[in-house]
Amino acid sequence: MSAVELTGVDVSLDGHEIVRGVTLSVAAGEWVTVIGPNGAGKSTLLRAIAGLVRWHGGIDLFGRPAASLGRRERARLVAVVPQDPVVPPGMAVVDYVLLGRTPYIPPLGRESAADLATVDSVLERLDLAGFAGRRLESLSGGERQRVFLARALAQGAELLLLDEPTTALDIGHQQEVLELVDQLRRDAGLTVLATMHDLSIAGEYADRMVLLAGGRLVAAGTPREVLTERLLAEHYRARVRVIDGDHGPLVVPVR
Amino acid sequence: MTPTGTAPARLRVGWLAIGLVAVLVAAVAGLALGPVRLNPLGVAAELLDLLPGVNVHSGLSPTEAAIVTQLRLPRVVLGLLVGATLALAGGTYQGVFRNPLADPYLLGVAGGAGLGATAAIALAHAAGSGSALDTVRTPVAVPAAAFVGALAAVAMTYALGASGTRYRTPATLILAGVAVTSFLTAGQSFLQQRYVETIREVYSWIMGRLTVGGWHDVLLLLPYTVVMAVVIMAYRRQLDVLSVGDQEAASLGAHPQRTRIILIVAASLGTAAAVSVSGLIAFVGIIVPHTVRLLFGSSYRVVLPLSMLFGGAFLALADLAARTLMAPNEIPIGVVTAFFGAPFFIVVLRTSRRMVA
Repeated sequence: MSAVELTGVDVSLDGHEIVRGVTLSVAAGEWVTVIGPNGAGKSTLLRAIAGLVRWHGGIDLFGRPAASLGRRERARLVAVVPQDPVVPPGMAVVDYVLLGRTPYIPPLGRESAADLATVDSVLERLDLAGFAGRRLESLSGGERQRVFLARALAQGAELLLLDEPTTALDIGHQQEVLELVDQLRRDAGLTVLATMHDLSIAGEYADRMVLLAGGRLVAAGTPREVLTERLLAEHYRARVRVIDGDHGPLVVPVR
Repeated sequence: MTPTGTAPARLRVGWLAIGLVAVLVAAVAGLALGPVRLNPLGVAAELLDLLPGVNVHSGLSPTEAAIVTQLRLPRVVLGLLVGATLALAGGTYQGVFRNPLADPYLLGVAGGAGLGATAAIALAHAAGSGSALDTVRTPVAVPAAAFVGALAAVAMTYALGASGTRYRTPATLILAGVAVTSFLTAGQSFLQQRYVETIREVYSWIMGRLTVGGWHDVLLLLPYTVVMAVVIMAYRRQLDVLSVGDQEAASLGAHPQRTRIILIVAASLGTAAAVSVSGLIAFVGIIVPHTVRLLFGSSYRVVLPLSMLFGGAFLALADLAARTLMAPNEIPIGVVTAFFGAPFFIVVLRTSRRMVA
């Protein structure tokens, strides 16, 4: 079954067409990374799938039309880690991760023992147990990114939307976070749809890549098929050399 | 508590007890102190005696007992109610707007209530039916006008701030509140200039005071406070969810816009009712929630209930200071709260800057 099925999806913001006629299918358990130059519509596409912007066309999530899903129902299927998540002042890690249980907690009620157990196992899983009582502001960039992931995992959703999950991180922490996501994907059978700017690292982790430009899907396929000098020159206006790496092509900018 | 040993933010019974003790201490102090000093133990016993089914001999003389139950009790209870209402509304606004500087008057309540009260006073003056002072004492015209003015102002702010652009943010609403407040304050100043003789009265109303009019004001305010508290307490976890911003809250399955409207309506109703009986009492809505945050943590599940208790205690004590510090003259209670509130506010600003860094 496909986790995400997009058919001719359009998104307009303020009268501007940001995403135009995107058709895409993501299989359950797959990792698909959306690339494209700034303003290509990558984040907007993720936000449409998460139901955070108005869209036209067809979006199915795990075989159900997204438009028919209530907000809580959708939050149980799709978890989003935004590019620059809000860090609420003074909030402890455990409270932040517990926010991920919101779609399960009655709107005017309180969390159950099962919710707390989920939070606990997620904290353990992400090596955050020792951080439970720490304030978010006191954490380093890498630790924070793990906490953002933890909240998304606490949602118990099978589809993980990651918008630029590594932008704020150094190269070591980028790999740490992506390895972690990959492990979680394998262990828990999650589907990952991510946007990324670093093309080499994107190619290392994705099963398939999708290139967006001007809101349109201009190329899709394996990293080898998408990360080509010709496509990148055409759509990024970038001079690059593409080298064969162990897990995929490596993109090196040249003058 | 989770097996990792760190419990999520929750209202602890111990904290609740501290808040209740603060309320009791403030109440007994407010009842015992004044032109006639009474034995606090006797006052406490007299209070217990009021409870149904309890029969305690307080040792107070009948006159003293009357001072406690008929003269001071309504005023102390009003102080508790107004303080609780303003502190709860302030804490709620801070959550709804994700702005630590939000206070209950943010959306124009002050301007609307001020204009309403001024208009009522000026009208009474113009009509010449008795002196305006009498009108103020009749506890109907001015509070009613202030209440209507306050709610009309919030409605105006919401209508202006919520229309126009599709990308409206809580900031748009705050800016609309600023505009509405200036507009209505201008109207109020104009009226005051036209009816110069009302300035003193309007001024005394603006500075805020708790009346000695018996239980009337308490009964007027109580239903609003209760409704507001029930609604806001039910939504206090949702305020924690809103703290990650509208987009993320929506992705977690919450309804930020809907929640915001419900909470604004509840908080504004309570504030309008409080302002109509007590005038504009500054700073309670800001100092109290921030103090609670500093002491007990920032989760709204903790901040809101404790703000009610400490807000009530704080205002009851402020009223005690207002009527005893320069007895037999009364200092406007707004002066007392601002006098202590302004320096505290600086401290909060400094610590919150440290938190951001």
